[in-house]
Amino acid sequence: MKAGWEVVIGLEIHCQLATRSKIFSGASTAYGAEPNVQACLIDLGYPGVLPVLNEEVVRMACMFGLAVNATIAPRSVFARKNYFYPDLPKGYQISQYELPIVANGELKIRLEDGSEKRIGIVRAHLEEDAGKSVHEGLGQYTGIDLNRAGTPLLEIVSAPDLRSSAEAVTYLRRIHSIVRYLGISDGNMQEGSFRCDANVSVRPQGQKALGTRAELKNLNSFRFIEKAINFEVNRQVELIVDGGKVVQETRLYDAARDETRPMRSKEEANDYRYFPDPDLLPVEIDPAWVQALRKSLPELPDAKKERLIRQYRLRSDDAEILVGSRALADYFEALAAATAAPPQTAANWVIGELSAALNREGLDIEHSKISAAELAGLLDRINDQSISGKIAKEVFEAMWAGEGGADQVIRAKGLTQITDNSAIEAIVQAVIQAHPAQVADYRNGKDKLIGFFVGQVMKQTGGKANPEQVNEVLKKRLAQA
Amino acid sequence: MGGQSRNLHGLSLTAMARGIASGDFTSTELISKLLQRVTTIGSELNAFISVTADAAMAAAALADKARKSARRGRLFGLPIVHKDLFCTRGVRTTCGSRMLENFVSPYDATVVERLAAAGAIMLGKTNMDEFAMGSSNETSYFGPVHNPWDRALSPGGSSGGSAAAVAARIVPAATGTDTGGSIRQPAALTGTVGIKPTYGRVSRHGMVAFASSLDQAGVITRTAEDAALLLGVMAGFDPRDSTSVEHPVPDYVAGLDAPLTGLKIGIVRQHFDAGLDAECAARVREALAVLESQGAILTEVDLPNLDLSVPTYYVVAPAECSSNLSRFDGVRFGHRAADPRDLMDLYCRSRGEGFGAEVKRRIMTGTYVLSAGYFDAYYLQAQKVRQLISEDFRKAFAKVDVIAGPTAPTTAFALGAKTDDPITMYLNDIYTIGANLAGIPGMSIPCGFAGHLPVGLQLVGAHFTEQRLLACAHQYQQLTDWHERVPEACA
Repeated sequence: MKAGWEVVIGLEIHCQLATRSKIFSGASTAYGAEPNVQACLIDLGYPGVLPVLNEEVVRMACMFGLAVNATIAPRSVFARKNYFYPDLPKGYQISQYELPIVANGELKIRLEDGSEKRIGIVRAHLEEDAGKSVHEGLGQYTGIDLNRAGTPLLEIVSAPDLRSSAEAVTYLRRIHSIVRYLGISDGNMQEGSFRCDANVSVRPQGQKALGTRAELKNLNSFRFIEKAINFEVNRQVELIVDGGKVVQETRLYDAARDETRPMRSKEEANDYRYFPDPDLLPVEIDPAWVQALRKSLPELPDAKKERLIRQYRLRSDDAEILVGSRALADYFEALAAATAAPPQTAANWVIGELSAALNREGLDIEHSKISAAELAGLLDRINDQSISGKIAKEVFEAMWAGEGGADQVIRAKGLTQITDNSAIEAIVQAVIQAHPAQVADYRNGKDKLIGFFVGQVMKQTGGKANPEQVNEVLKKRLAQA
Repeated sequence: MGGQSRNLHGLSLTAMARGIASGDFTSTELISKLLQRVTTIGSELNAFISVTADAAMAAAALADKARKSARRGRLFGLPIVHKDLFCTRGVRTTCGSRMLENFVSPYDATVVERLAAAGAIMLGKTNMDEFAMGSSNETSYFGPVHNPWDRALSPGGSSGGSAAAVAARIVPAATGTDTGGSIRQPAALTGTVGIKPTYGRVSRHGMVAFASSLDQAGVITRTAEDAALLLGVMAGFDPRDSTSVEHPVPDYVAGLDAPLTGLKIGIVRQHFDAGLDAECAARVREALAVLESQGAILTEVDLPNLDLSVPTYYVVAPAECSSNLSRFDGVRFGHRAADPRDLMDLYCRSRGEGFGAEVKRRIMTGTYVLSAGYFDAYYLQAQKVRQLISEDFRKAFAKVDVIAGPTAPTTAFALGAKTDDPITMYLNDIYTIGANLAGIPGMSIPCGFAGHLPVGLQLVGAHFTEQRLLACAHQYQQLTDWHERVPEACA
């Protein structure tokens, strides 16, 4: 970030709601089907057909609204956004315009310096997705796949409160975890169920008026969002410094080149001619129903984090990582309940070894090869000093590879820790006798040689000696004589 | 013996039902006679866009086989024709437009489905103004319909083919749709009965939309009794149309005998202002006198914003139509221009070639009134006036049960007389549009002649008072025989 400049970012998130059928028709929303097999006459915009609202989307939108402390509109209205495009079957998209279902929410995010910041959520409204144009393999033709047409979306619009790409990503991750906690979206970015556009502008530090913004599209991973914003900020600052002007436009992010560039500009400015859709009644919501819904909300990331810190005495950073997904936090809690080891040890293993193994293989916690109960078996062996932490990592890898439970692996590989003091004494004695020169140096003040002796003992025992005991006995024996 | 020589086509739908039930004639006999008239008089009048003779004869044969079945519907073996904007599976649905000249719907409209389920047999699909936009049936891509009373004249529109077919005794009943008067005005101009029910009374599913907040399906018949019979089958909530209303459907036929005594009828001062043809005014006053003679109480009511209804309508309806007709883009169905250069060319030529002048005029008007900078002055303002008009009716119906007056300002006019002057054409709907804007039921019944041409009496009621309108009309028809007059050469 160039000194003297302030970045202003607002995000528009398109979150696909996890309903089985579409927002205004009974067609399936499942991903990945053959083109146009999941588009019924309503999705195709056939003459005479009418939209009928899927009430499940209302419940989901309201859950989100409650989760971000927003106002649930007692009456919201669907409107038509009119424009021609081949993948837009009716020539208009049914959306919400003047009266969205959710307004005036907020989200608190934790900044890198540890402080908390409030990000306004201006509105969240329901709308239908369009289809998509297909170009590959069709020669001079363009194909239209309308499977996605009519898929329910919740568009979540933030206030321009974000001041860096890092803040934007933090906010986005938190929204992502909230919708998944609520079970209203699978949040799958590769399949397009969680998409984001970023409105980015810059202004000299201290200037009140907002700079001209560019809208960035095609941001389909957290990493790309950060990179795209960074590129765009630098582009705008350099442009202004060089005496140029930012133009209001939509820019696409090209991940391969790591740059943003303007979308093919349209000849005429879009006038969407919004007006209330006469085919749909206003959505009226009973406050009592909202109250009942509020009570049914699951524990959300912020509350869960506070509870993990309080209940398990975890470090704040660790709790933050664990609540990143509901499944991860659930795994941790199941592990903590099943093991005699301290909760912080459990957290360390989940965040450390387990997450590393999952990342290595690109797996979700739901598909972990080691269950919480199995991992608890391993932590118990560390806790009762049957094995050292170092050996435990070896056991973990064997468990991950499917060689059995912790006890089974320890037995099979003969990895039980040597904790018998007399056995350790004997080995220590042997090591001291075998290295008189080093013993002399140590006694002359080369304290660091303790590591050498520990290493020798471990070598003799195949790493199975309890390191604390080895340390203790060595120090005692080396000090003697 | 006389099945072959009897004038079956002169019977009402109710009488036909009795004839089939009693075994006086078969459905096959009836349908085949009517089909003959479809191909002769129907062709002369250009009343039909499609004729489904083979399917109708097959359905009639099936009905006759099932004659003894205990589960016969209320319209068992009876004929019906549909305005060509009700989707019919396997039979093309053109909306009177080149755009849909070859469009075959893969499904049936709810209205079509319900009538068929009750046993009705479709004989064909009737001509209409393109996408129901017109008051003379002259905007049809398939050419104008001729008025059976005088073939140089228009039958009115947009349900002109339906009205002409019923007036000419081709069929006793036809469906229609009414967005600003498209059932009632042609009914008046052809001496038939037309009812537009309360908005939401009949499902719009499968009815190709013109202006969604105003469109309502109804029927054209010769008697109020037949209209009651059909409406009872068509009406009712449909989960496929969110704007259809869950409101019980009364037995309209059973309610026809309600007497006129004590019925409070409102007369609107503004209806008799300049603009209403003097002879039409006289016939309407005579009809009111008949109702009064039977104990109805006539009271003056005021609809102060009546003169705003046409301008309001011509903002709201085009706005909605401009959006509703966007789906006709040449991409998925309907007319597609040959060899498009690019996407814009595909859009422009498909729509340019597929739509006629009046449809284009309304799409442009609607696009304009919804545009940034004009939306508040036109669309929003029109919505406010629409509220005022609804409020006028609400106040009036606090005082009276029914409002009665003229359906149209004149009798049928010459084909070609108003085609160059859309505003005069639009003003033909001045008395009917208010009911659409307010969403209330309206009905037209024949009440005499001005010269050789029929005049219509309009009855309008509060929401869901179709029963009262039908009873009032039925009682009037018990006292008069205007509905039994037959156009020359149609006897």
